[in-house]
Amino acid sequence: MARLKLFIPLIIFALLGAVFYSMLSRDYNPQDLPSALIGQALPEFSLPALEGDKKLSKKDLIGEPMLLNVWATWCISCRVEHPYLNTLKQQGIKIVGLDYKDDREKALQWLEKLGNPYTFTIYDETGKLGLDLGVYGAPETYIIDAKGMIRDKHVGVINETVWQEKLQPLFQQLQSEMN
Amino acid sequence: MFKRLVLNIFTFCTLLFLAVQVNAVIETYEFSAAEYKLRYQTMVHELRCPKCQNQNLSGSNSPIAKDLRRELHRMIEEGQGDDEIIAFMVKRYGNFVLYRPPVDKYTLWLWGSPIILLMLALLFVFFLRRSQPDVDALTPLTVDEKNTLDRLLRKYSK
Repeated sequence: MARLKLFIPLIIFALLGAVFYSMLSRDYNPQDLPSALIGQALPEFSLPALEGDKKLSKKDLIGEPMLLNVWATWCISCRVEHPYLNTLKQQGIKIVGLDYKDDREKALQWLEKLGNPYTFTIYDETGKLGLDLGVYGAPETYIIDAKGMIRDKHVGVINETVWQEKLQPLFQQLQSEMN
Repeated sequence: MFKRLVLNIFTFCTLLFLAVQVNAVIETYEFSAAEYKLRYQTMVHELRCPKCQNQNLSGSNSPIAKDLRRELHRMIEEGQGDDEIIAFMVKRYGNFVLYRPPVDKYTLWLWGSPIILLMLALLFVFFLRRSQPDVDALTPLTVDEKNTLDRLLRKYSK
């Protein structure tokens, strides 16, 4: 018994090691926050478009599956993500932008300089829609189905891996649901 | 020796409790009622900043925490109840925003673990006591031993 006691620290160490190792090797991001809005309808809103002076509302986001991409010029990761969004647009994916707590002039310059992957962009100066969507940092991308329901959300940069492994399968499913 | 250890642990824990909540934020809000201010201060400590891993709204300076403080102030001034405000936050950010989450299948371990640990501690104490020799069963001191003990005690207790 006394002999066995000597091994207790070793056993504890082995157990902790196993736990930590399993967390390391798993694709675990503590920043990931499961969205409370998945499976819910988009919130109602009435906000100006970034370009032109059209008023936009929830109705403009209904009809076909699309990505709703939350971005801002102060967001460095958004700049990293931007070229890939342009690529997605070329592949025929409908992306709507949500310019979140930003400066209109800077945002327009950004689109001019880096290309505009968005069908249109909602200009959310105060972050009101962002708050209703549960945005907690940009970039965030919501997958919206044809009925205007939020089906999934990706926090962080979209790149080829994320698109192919996580978002594209769902997006294609939504497109086939529509037909 | 044992007593000293317990005392040390106790002091350490007390200091730990004193060490929390040294954070505060810059902006101040005006409240139309003293009760509103009190509620604001309670909630700002119990709601968690969604962007931060472990900071409450009061402690964080991230833009989202600022927005949520502004919303909290607005809702309290509009006369909304605590339940409504919490529902508003949870609807957007999930139970993550609550430092006092409800008991459900995800938080069962969180709420249950203190009870489990207490049970384990009680079991541990129980077996520890059992494995120690019973004091009453020891052979009592002889008269000679008792006299020597008394003499020594008198000698050293002064």
